[in-house]
Formats: sequence, structure tokens, C-alpha cells
Amino acid sequence: MEAKLSAKLILRDKEYEVKAGMTIRHALEKLGISSESVLVTRQGQLLTDDEVLKEEDVIRLVAVISGG
Amino acid sequence: MHCRKCSSKAVINMRQHKLALCQDHFIGWMHEQTERFIQKYHMFSHDDRVLVAVSGGKDSLSLWDILWKLGYYCDGLYIGLGIDEGIQYSKESQRLTKKFALERGLKLHIVDVAEEYGETIPVIANSTLRGRDKPCSVCGISKRHIMNRVARQQGYDVLATGHNLDDEAAVLFGNTLTWSTGFLLRQGPILEATLPGLVRKAKPLCRFYEREMAAYALLRNIGYIYEECPFAEGAKSIYYKDILNRLEADRPGLKLTFYLSFLQAKEAGLLSPQIDEDKVNLHTCPSCGQPTSSPGECTFCRMMAKVTEISNERVEL
Repeated sequence: MEAKLSAKLILRDKEYEVKAGMTIRHALEKLGISSESVLVTRQGQLLTDDEVLKEEDVIRLVAVISGG
Repeated sequence: MHCRKCSSKAVINMRQHKLALCQDHFIGWMHEQTERFIQKYHMFSHDDRVLVAVSGGKDSLSLWDILWKLGYYCDGLYIGLGIDEGIQYSKESQRLTKKFALERGLKLHIVDVAEEYGETIPVIANSTLRGRDKPCSVCGISKRHIMNRVARQQGYDVLATGHNLDDEAAVLFGNTLTWSTGFLLRQGPILEATLPGLVRKAKPLCRFYEREMAAYALLRNIGYIYEECPFAEGAKSIYYKDILNRLEADRPGLKLTFYLSFLQAKEAGLLSPQIDEDKVNLHTCPSCGQPTSSPGECTFCRMMAKVTEISNERVEL
């Protein structure tokens, strides 16, 4: 069975696959998501963006910007 | 990354302060800083009755939570706008606000616009020229009017709102682009009750980044409405916030410096109070008693008169 080498990032209704082994900061940069506009969580726990993504990680990004 | 204070795992890194903190130290820091801002800008004291304007969003509920934890006398005011748009936006916001208040044993005033004024905000907006395309302007006018009215009628000393630094920086950015000196003059952590009929307003969160407010809500387990107001799509404020966040990513601290430098410049007299003609020429609305920039009824009362007129026409038909 082929090992999964990617991690999943979810922001609202969008899902992104990125390579495991890179930092969250790097992943956000690659995806064009401003690190200022999201919080990063894994299993409900808040993470800093220097955290390295592991294989099969599911990272939920919480959008923090609201209008009005 | 480790907490600067205790070396345990950090949950947030605030690059503008070069400060990473763990959950407990971050929550404590938020409380200390809020207290510091309240005192620095002479917002209110522990003897004052504070009315917190709550929308069910992360900022206002977090503000209420912080003030409550700091021991201030603070009640909440929720305004039911009647926004549905297929996601029951207002209904869900109200449910979360009521739950928040109930869990903490806090007093919540609720004003339902449709019950008090006959129609929801989207319907009121639709009946006016200014709100026909988007109800945001009508919504803003109505909220400001109702917040001021309730605070006055219920005898509160100050009205506190959950505006964060990103909100303030976006407004400042917009007003600077157009050199709207009248608006620039009025922007700040405090809006004094300079005229009879106005209640003093304070923004205790004005130096916190929006990201910090979301982190606080998350870490304190505050259930807030995550969905954006359906009418906020394409809002100028979101566009400006996005631009500022892109600048911030390259230059940590830029948003904070932009806002604080503005406050310092204002304090130093960069903007002369004499040019605030709107303020000089304020009148009192004969219907509601609140200040208005032109003689006769204020915008809100004129809007409501129009809504009543349309409703009566419908009944006659």
C-alpha cells in the first residue's frame, strides 16, 4: 500500500493538499493564504505556523477576518 | 515555538510584539492588556455601568467575556436585525449570544428591529434609496441609533463595542485614501459624548489584532457565529483588511504602527478640530432627541417614517 505523503488543509468549504514535511507557514505561503487572516488548528488545538506538517495531518484553518 | 513566559508549547505567535505565548499566558495577557488600554485611554472605571454591544461574533462576545472576567459591571445589548438569507444569520447569532449570557449569568437586552419598528433591516433598506443595493449603510445607521437609545434610556455610562485593530486600521485606511478629515477626527479609542443625547463610546479591543480576538474566542471556548454576514461579501472593509494583512505579512507590526501613529499625530494636533464642520453644526432630532447633522428629523427617524408610510400604503391597497 502506498503511503500518503500529503497533509490536508481545510479553509471553510475548500480543501488543499500539500506535501508533508513543510512548515505551516510555508504551506500557507504556497497556497497564497495570508497567515494574518487565519488561525491554524489540529484536532481543535491551536498551532503556531512553525509547526511541521505530518503525513495525513488534517489542519483546519479558522478564518479570522470579518467585515461590516 | 515556546511560550516566552513559561517555555511550554506556544499556541500563538504575535509577530508585531515578538511574543509567543501558551494558552494560559495568552489569556492572562489579553486580560492585562485590555485593562491597560481601558486605563490608558480613560475609557471607564469599575464604578461605571457599561453596556456592551454584542452581535454574536467573536469580537463582541470576547469583549464581554474579558470585561466580565475583569470584574466590570457590564450588561449586553443584542440587536435582532432580521437577516436570514437562507442561513438564519440573525437567529443563530441571537441564539449564541443568549447562550453566552446564560452560561455566565449576565444580563442581556434584546431589541428586535422587526418587532419594534415593523420591518427587518433588509426590508427597511429596500424601502430606502441608500439601502436598495446593499443594506449595510442602513444597518449601520440603525445599530448606532438603537445602541445610543438603549444606553441612554437604561442609564449606562458608556457603550463598549468590539472593534479590533484590523477594523480600526481598515477604517483609517479608507478615510486616509479619501482624506475624510471629519471622519478621521472622530476616530479613536473613545468617542466622547460631546452633545446632549449622545452616550460615550469606548473600544477596549482597538489595539488587538483580529487574529488575537479569534484566538481568544477559540481558547476560551466561546461559541460565536463563524459565518460572515451574508451582506458583507465584497465589503470595502474586507478588501482593505486584506491589503493591510498582505503588508503586515512582510512588515510585522505595520497595522499597529499605522493606527498608533495616527492616534499620536491626532494627539499632536495634526488634525485641527475647527475643520469638523459636521460637529459644529449638529442639531437635535425633534422625534428622538438624538443629534443629527441637518435640521429636522435624523436619518434614522426619516427612514422609519418612510417605512411606516410604505406599510400604510400597503394596508390601504
